[in-house]
Amino acid sequence: MKPKLSRFAIPYVIWMALFVVAPIVLVVVYAFSNDLGGFTLENFSKMGTYAVVFGRSFKLALIATLICLVIGYPVSYMMSREGERFQRAAMVLIMLPMWINFLLRTYSWMSILENNGLLNQVFQKTGLLSLYNSLFGTSLEYFPMMNTQGAVVLGMVYNYLPFMILPIYSVIVKLDGSLVEAARDLGADGVNVFRRVILPLSLPGVLSGITMVFVPSVSTFAISKMLGGGTDLLLGDLIEQQFLGGAYNPQLGAAISLVMMVIVVVCMVVMNRFGEGEEQAVIL
Amino acid sequence: MSKELIRLRDLCMAYDDELVLDHLNLYINDKEFLTLLGPSGCGKSTTLRIIGGFTAPLSGDVLFDGVRINDVPPYKRQINTVFQKYALFPHLNVFENVAFGLRMQRRPDPSDPKRKTKLPEEEIRQRVLEMLEAVSLKGFENRRTDALSGGQQQRVAIARALVNRPKVLLLDEPLGALDLKLRKDMQIELKRIQQQVGITFIYVTHDQEEALTMSDTIVVMDKGTIQQIGTPEDIYNEPKNAFVADFIGESNIIDGVMVQDKLVQMYGRQFPCLDGGFSENEPVDVVIRPEDIDIVPVEQGQLTGTVTNVTFKGMQYDIIVDFRGFKWLIQTTDHSPVGARIGIKIDPDGIHVMKKSRYSGLYGDYSSFSDEYDELDTVEPEEGGDEA
Repeated sequence: MKPKLSRFAIPYVIWMALFVVAPIVLVVVYAFSNDLGGFTLENFSKMGTYAVVFGRSFKLALIATLICLVIGYPVSYMMSREGERFQRAAMVLIMLPMWINFLLRTYSWMSILENNGLLNQVFQKTGLLSLYNSLFGTSLEYFPMMNTQGAVVLGMVYNYLPFMILPIYSVIVKLDGSLVEAARDLGADGVNVFRRVILPLSLPGVLSGITMVFVPSVSTFAISKMLGGGTDLLLGDLIEQQFLGGAYNPQLGAAISLVMMVIVVVCMVVMNRFGEGEEQAVIL
Repeated sequence: MSKELIRLRDLCMAYDDELVLDHLNLYINDKEFLTLLGPSGCGKSTTLRIIGGFTAPLSGDVLFDGVRINDVPPYKRQINTVFQKYALFPHLNVFENVAFGLRMQRRPDPSDPKRKTKLPEEEIRQRVLEMLEAVSLKGFENRRTDALSGGQQQRVAIARALVNRPKVLLLDEPLGALDLKLRKDMQIELKRIQQQVGITFIYVTHDQEEALTMSDTIVVMDKGTIQQIGTPEDIYNEPKNAFVADFIGESNIIDGVMVQDKLVQMYGRQFPCLDGGFSENEPVDVVIRPEDIDIVPVEQGQLTGTVTNVTFKGMQYDIIVDFRGFKWLIQTTDHSPVGARIGIKIDPDGIHVMKKSRYSGLYGDYSSFSDEYDELDTVEPEEGGDEA
């Protein structure tokens, strides 16, 4: 028997068709056509020139994701072990920046990192800058921080860290406390309780955290534009240029989007496999 | 007979200013099946958690083999636990769940005694398989734990604890989630396993029948204090106070006066009994078990009353009889119709005299008895649901 679609599902189906399926179909169609609308593979064959951009984007996103994981996991873990009031307060603090506009947040980082920005002023006032100069024989008037890849990674970490913390936290906090007690009862010390019970059981949260940080990081254009100064082009910038910028070429933009999407999906599938494998590995 | 293994000395425990354990003293012998029995909130689970090392007492000592172990973490105690909801590791299969404790073990390397090594894989495998066979789960090694029935999960939990060869096994209401039939089977199974491995079991339950079936010693608790310690027979036949009498089995508890040794007065009549050691004319509680009462013709009865309710129970009838406003429960194989006047006779060994306690007057009247008897049958709220 065919499951009948409920009447209440219809709005969702329409929504999904309009805003998810249709755009993807459009991207695919654009990617395989030339500016006259005919079929072509030219968009993909041209893409080799952008390999550097692909490489740079994935590298920076990967670094940002790793940093988020290294910061996010311990934070989530420690948060889950605190009292309920602390957890609620910490949650609000983590969410708070997300209530402020994304661009605004990134702009404020610009004024912090600028050559005569907040951080550099602090370095000058505290004498850190002159200490650095005397130690390394340099004569810097400021630390150049803006328009570097480091600033871009910082922007990614700052903006997407909550997306790492939240899924990991929500998995760990739901973890049955009696499992930890059982492990301790069976002779596991703190390290082993973590390694053999908490870590494998929190892996689903880690995987979704990685996904939720990596995907927006790899495709971001605002962060690289504002903090990276647009010198080191990222995929997001590249695509934006094809649609809105001077290099107007929506067909190429669609093709790049498509390739990026495919790579991301493949990464996610492999990682999820790896995740299941990890559980198996713990078993073996 | 056997030596003392665990001693709890003057344990106190409180949660949020509420006293959960009130100067608890208890010793537990080696190789004994001891049950902590009481209603929810009586402190039995807290006692177990203190022995397991999961909770630190507010004051008092826990001695294991004569050594104070208050500050020894759970993973260093020779004690393992079967948790209430089993707490099996969902990411591990049956084999690895059971092997968990063995993989944690380290022992001196035979070639270099200063170094510690893991147990060899072959030994782990052998011991896990042996243990799975002991709990009748041979062939289940590669199953996921969530694909097992409640009873099977239960047995994995027991195997996982016993494979470490602990000196003491703690069981926290392990049969609570099973249905009645399975629970009865597991009671016998647990007792068999305990005798087979020959270690101490400390078992926590609120189910008096479970306690009577399996235990060597029962510790009846209420409000953080021990009400009575004894063998199942002692506890049932010689309850120390109205609480114990009511909690273990059915009882009629009547106000009486101890006229002299071996003579107690109820309803203005004197009944011969076997108890003594009370002062003259001391007010007492008298316990009479429903099955110790014989129904006789009115003229031969020590007391006469009116039948107000009869329930057929299969093996016997539960008859409620009104004796001057106080309703008794009588269990008998003879049927008496509602409204009949009957006489009753109680043999001296059917009468148990107890000192008055703070529980006097709270229990033992069957006035609330009605057609909904089955629902009222089990006074403890936790029990009712499963058995209905």
